Amino acid sequence: MKQFTSNPFYKFILFPVGQILAFILGASLVLSLFIILMAYLFRGSITNFDLVERTLTILPKVLVDGITIGFVYATIALGYTMVYGVLEFINFAHSEIFMVGAVVGVELMRYMAARGTLGTTNEYVVIGLAIILGMVTAGALAVTVERVAYKPLRGAPRLVPLISAIGMSFFLQDAVRFILGVTTGEFNVILPPFGTYDQFQLLNIPGMAAPLQIQNKTILLILVTVVMLVGLNYLVNGTKIGKAIRAVAQDRPTASLMGINVNMIISITFLIGGVLGGAAGVLFALKVTRLDPFVGFFPGIKAFTAAVLGGIGNLTGALLGGLVLGLLESFGASYLGIFTNGAFGAEYKDILAFAILILILIFRPSGLLGQTVGQKA
Amino acid sequence: MSKRSYALLTVLVTASIVLAACAPGGGGGAAMPIIKIATQSPLSGGQSVLGVDIKNGAQLALEQLGGPLKEMGFDVQLAPYDDQATPDVGVANAKNIVADASILCGVGHLNSGVMIPSSEEYHTANLPFVSPANTNPVVTTRGYLEVNRVVGRDDVQAPVAEEYAFTELGAKSVYIIHDKTAYGQGVAEFFRTAAEEDGLEVLGFEGTEETANFDALITPMLAAAPDVMFFSGIYNQAGVFFKQARDAGYEGTFLGTDGMDTSELASLAGDALTKGGGMVYTTVAGPASAYPKAAQFATDFKAKFGADPQPFAAQGYDSAGVCLKAIENAAKEAGGSVPTRLAVANAIRALTYDGLTGSLTFDSIGDLPMAKYFIIRINATSAETWSSNEIVAELEFASPGAGGP
Repeated sequence: MKQFTSNPFYKFILFPVGQILAFILGASLVLSLFIILMAYLFRGSITNFDLVERTLTILPKVLVDGITIGFVYATIALGYTMVYGVLEFINFAHSEIFMVGAVVGVELMRYMAARGTLGTTNEYVVIGLAIILGMVTAGALAVTVERVAYKPLRGAPRLVPLISAIGMSFFLQDAVRFILGVTTGEFNVILPPFGTYDQFQLLNIPGMAAPLQIQNKTILLILVTVVMLVGLNYLVNGTKIGKAIRAVAQDRPTASLMGINVNMIISITFLIGGVLGGAAGVLFALKVTRLDPFVGFFPGIKAFTAAVLGGIGNLTGALLGGLVLGLLESFGASYLGIFTNGAFGAEYKDILAFAILILILIFRPSGLLGQTVGQKA
Repeated sequence: MSKRSYALLTVLVTASIVLAACAPGGGGGAAMPIIKIATQSPLSGGQSVLGVDIKNGAQLALEQLGGPLKEMGFDVQLAPYDDQATPDVGVANAKNIVADASILCGVGHLNSGVMIPSSEEYHTANLPFVSPANTNPVVTTRGYLEVNRVVGRDDVQAPVAEEYAFTELGAKSVYIIHDKTAYGQGVAEFFRTAAEEDGLEVLGFEGTEETANFDALITPMLAAAPDVMFFSGIYNQAGVFFKQARDAGYEGTFLGTDGMDTSELASLAGDALTKGGGMVYTTVAGPASAYPKAAQFATDFKAKFGADPQPFAAQGYDSAGVCLKAIENAAKEAGGSVPTRLAVANAIRALTYDGLTGSLTFDSIGDLPMAKYFIIRINATSAETWSSNEIVAELEFASPGAGGP
């Protein structure tokens, strides 16, 4: 048994992937059973079509949609939760770091399209380059923001850096809007079409009439995100830097007494959060094809909520929270209109998701996986 | 002094220098009375492609048609405002516009949802506005003297769209999505009423403010399998939605309204607009090529602004032209002095104006007695080829008046 758990392959690859799968299966199962139960209960109230049949038909697609957007939220949520763990501070500008990574990645693709090299290069190389560029830019921006806006305020009362973060968020939105206006003159940043990532893989599910269509880009998003999460897990749990991050998160003065360069560790934390956010941004841009300076705002808020839902400061919690929130949103948006016969449409999906969030927090205030931290001496 | 005081002093000195430099030079000294025409449209943000061209159309009109007023001794200027397609901003700008006494007439807005609250301000100040693009009936059914429009209305446009879907496209079912604004929801409601009257089955009626990820809306729509999909909103939302819906496998026809009438839609949606059932939209403002008198306007516009005019630019030109003519008439009646806003408002209603888009007169609530509606099928897959769209039908209907259809 000891050989089993201390073997690095199991510890750092199999176990995290297994954990992610367990979360996905668990949340999907709970929500699917719930919605099928509701379909049976309300079967009689819908006359145009069979509620149970319609529910089951779209269920696989709803699950895939929910997991996809859940991973995006989870990746952004990790940025929030890591910074909170280390500094006990919510970095509200993180949504704009996400947006900047997305915009930079898409601008690279547009540049390549203008130069004519987009069609000739392998599409996955292009996407890879865009992700790397997005990651580098977002990471650099995150570190800069920390140095400029948060470090000078480190000793100040809690609210002051918070306001600074909110201000930074607005500043970045308008800075990007200004830069876009001056360089391209357009508000929208549109993804140029290329490659085959829009095409479908068909998955035949026994019992379903039509096969489930999953786009290549969805598969790409999930794969890249899982790789990043496994990498992050290894970084935090298996390397010396990770140990230092965990030490600073646990007790900053003692960590500094132990010889850890606290400022550098904090910068590295922001860097990691920024890198994750930038990658999530490029993948999100592939999915939605059109960006503008305000595209980070809503995913950012939802990801922050997901981080709180999972237990703020807890990395696994951010993952679970993101997945749960993504699934809730997807289920809400797709099923509300069908179940209420048009009375409550998809526009109320956020009400549903956040109502459930509030309920969960009432019963578990520290979040799904959070631990109530005692007063630090 | 301490370091902090030095810093504060430096900031204050810099700020005062900057402010002094930015102050408008020479407040006085203008011997000629200034008459301004305001424009309010989205100049920034997701809908700016249409909004900027409305302003540009008005600007061109001021240059080309401002002669008579200049001869009377007035200095005619344009006062553009950016309402960012947001009601709050529109109302705040409206207060500023109303406070500027030299503004005698206005051209705007693009969005009915912004025009309706802003026009309350205009009405209180008797400032007349001519709208180049607002189609929601409520804009004029309140019966304000100050509000006019040079385009048709949604309570005619939506039944026109529905009629086309039902008879020409032979659709048996439709799925309706709107953008929850006064305009979008209004059109969708009218469409739904017309569909129910004709027996066209409405499989879903959803509203959304989502602009990025439409997955969760598309999944139930695909499951319902409608023949036709009607989206009433603005192009920045519609373009992304159509692309994602087509990518997800929807084969039917997309139906839209005038908010989609811009080449930017083709940039956003690409070949989603021509694959499968394609896309058809109704509009109250055709392309400049649809108006025989607008050929010279299109050339002049391109020469001055470097690009072909978007839809509603010609309407912006005509709206400003109406303003200028009305101010000229009112000034003549006032014996050559600057007229009052009320006089201009009355002059607009008394006017018959020969514009690019036709002969314009306004009925008792500010509508055109007869308005044109176009049905256009999209053949373009990029912004450059937007002019390849085909006008399927050009119809003319009387305005329903204050009571509705």
